[in-house]
Amino acid sequence: MPATTKLVERTKVDLTLRTYLPGIWVGLEVTTRHFARNLSFLVTGRKHGKNPARDQLATIRYPEETRPYPSRYRGHHRLMRREDGQVRCVACFMCSTACPADCIYIEAAEHDDPGIEKAPVRFDIDHLVCVYCGMCEEACPCDAIRLDSGVHPAPRSERQNQRRGLIDLLELGGPSVARQGGKYA
Amino acid sequence: MWTLVGYALLKFALFGLCFVMLLAAVLTWVERKQSALIQDRIGPARANIGPIRLFGLLHLAADGIKSFVKEDFVPDTPNPTIFKLAPLLGFTPALVMFAVIPFGPGDTLVISNVSFGMLFIFAISSLSVYSATLAGWASNSGWAMLGALRAAAQMISYEVSMGLSLIGVFMVYESVNLQQVIVGQGDYFFGFIPAWGIVTQPLAFVLFLTAGIAETKRAPFDMPEGESELVAGYFTEYSAMRFAMFPLSEFIGIVGVASVMAVLFLGGWQIPWIQGSGYFFTALQIGAFAAKVIFLCWVQLMLRWTLPRFRYDQLMDLGWKVLLPLSLANVALTAIVLVALHG
Repeated sequence: MPATTKLVERTKVDLTLRTYLPGIWVGLEVTTRHFARNLSFLVTGRKHGKNPARDQLATIRYPEETRPYPSRYRGHHRLMRREDGQVRCVACFMCSTACPADCIYIEAAEHDDPGIEKAPVRFDIDHLVCVYCGMCEEACPCDAIRLDSGVHPAPRSERQNQRRGLIDLLELGGPSVARQGGKYA
Repeated sequence: MWTLVGYALLKFALFGLCFVMLLAAVLTWVERKQSALIQDRIGPARANIGPIRLFGLLHLAADGIKSFVKEDFVPDTPNPTIFKLAPLLGFTPALVMFAVIPFGPGDTLVISNVSFGMLFIFAISSLSVYSATLAGWASNSGWAMLGALRAAAQMISYEVSMGLSLIGVFMVYESVNLQQVIVGQGDYFFGFIPAWGIVTQPLAFVLFLTAGIAETKRAPFDMPEGESELVAGYFTEYSAMRFAMFPLSEFIGIVGVASVMAVLFLGGWQIPWIQGSGYFFTALQIGAFAAKVIFLCWVQLMLRWTLPRFRYDQLMDLGWKVLLPLSLANVALTAIVLVALHG
């Protein structure tokens, strides 16, 4: 195939162009148009029309307004509870083994109920390390960890505070009725 | 004698403080808000007293309080006195030049109706170059020194064409007294076109606007304070209110350029096509002057947020190789036309 050449027509730089005045005028037209339009938005209330790129100001006033998340957004992990409110997790380490980012830290302990072998005393997830892939959720054999809260991990000033522990994760979780070992099996 | 001084002080309080200073202060907010609107943003809107936000106008108060209570840091410099004096040297001339600008008709509605009005403005506004140079010199910092050099070179270069561009105006209206220039703009061409400076001297209008923006050191001529190469230029080392004095005198400079342009090119306090007399009409004329000044401030801010910056050599090229020859040509052309018209 022969190479095709596209001849670009060069703009002829004549005296009127070189004074910059026509260019400045066109530029002023653009900025004035934006200024007038946005001023009308500001005075009459901000939302106008359906096309946000064209019909309203781009600013989202963050703490009061948030950008809408896509429906498949996962957000924070949550740990589910048994029917009696105890944590469903049996500290089997499946999730931390599956985790590609190695962000889950579990400390296992004996459980009082002889039907339940183990339970976590610590279950930390470092949200600075987590890649929100959902592998932990898929690896979990007892529906104990879910990655579907939709809650945005909040910015924190201390790096340590991005590690969320058992209690925080349980707070987001709800009861799950999937069959599991122990008293209710 | 003392009554005269008293009147002058009263007029300064009314015009200088209540109009110029207030407008300059509000312009700091307008600049942020206007740039935001041009760029499809909201701009300052957070400062509030309870539910009162006033479209972010309270940021003025917040900025003022912040400037006054912040630590006033003086760097390790051999010239601390000059360092502390430099902001004042820029602030004072910027404000003093309003002494000869007429804001209404007659001898009374100008702080000092001197016969050499415009020459006084040129003389005083030249002084502000000392502020930039001394600030940079006394800061004992490389960035500040380079910024000061740029500022000095730029201001001196553009002062030349700034002065020359206005000579045509003085030739047409046959005076450098600003009140007489304004009175001269009360005539009409063909019975309906007001004989404003922008009609008689359109080239001078463009030249003076360009040189004026360069004199106030604002974009596209903001070489002295290049963020990427010079940090904040000659006021890099300043903090607190001493720092705030520089932007404030810059904004007063904007009002100054707008006032001079309103007086020389837009007929000052003249309201075209309307005749009248009495106190009410005079108040209307003062209002017309204020409106013209505010409009020209808006135009300057608009230009600042429209145009990209020059390179420094382009800036010097424009000043010496374009503006200067053009303003000289304007003088020659005006002279030829005047001789042809009046013999």
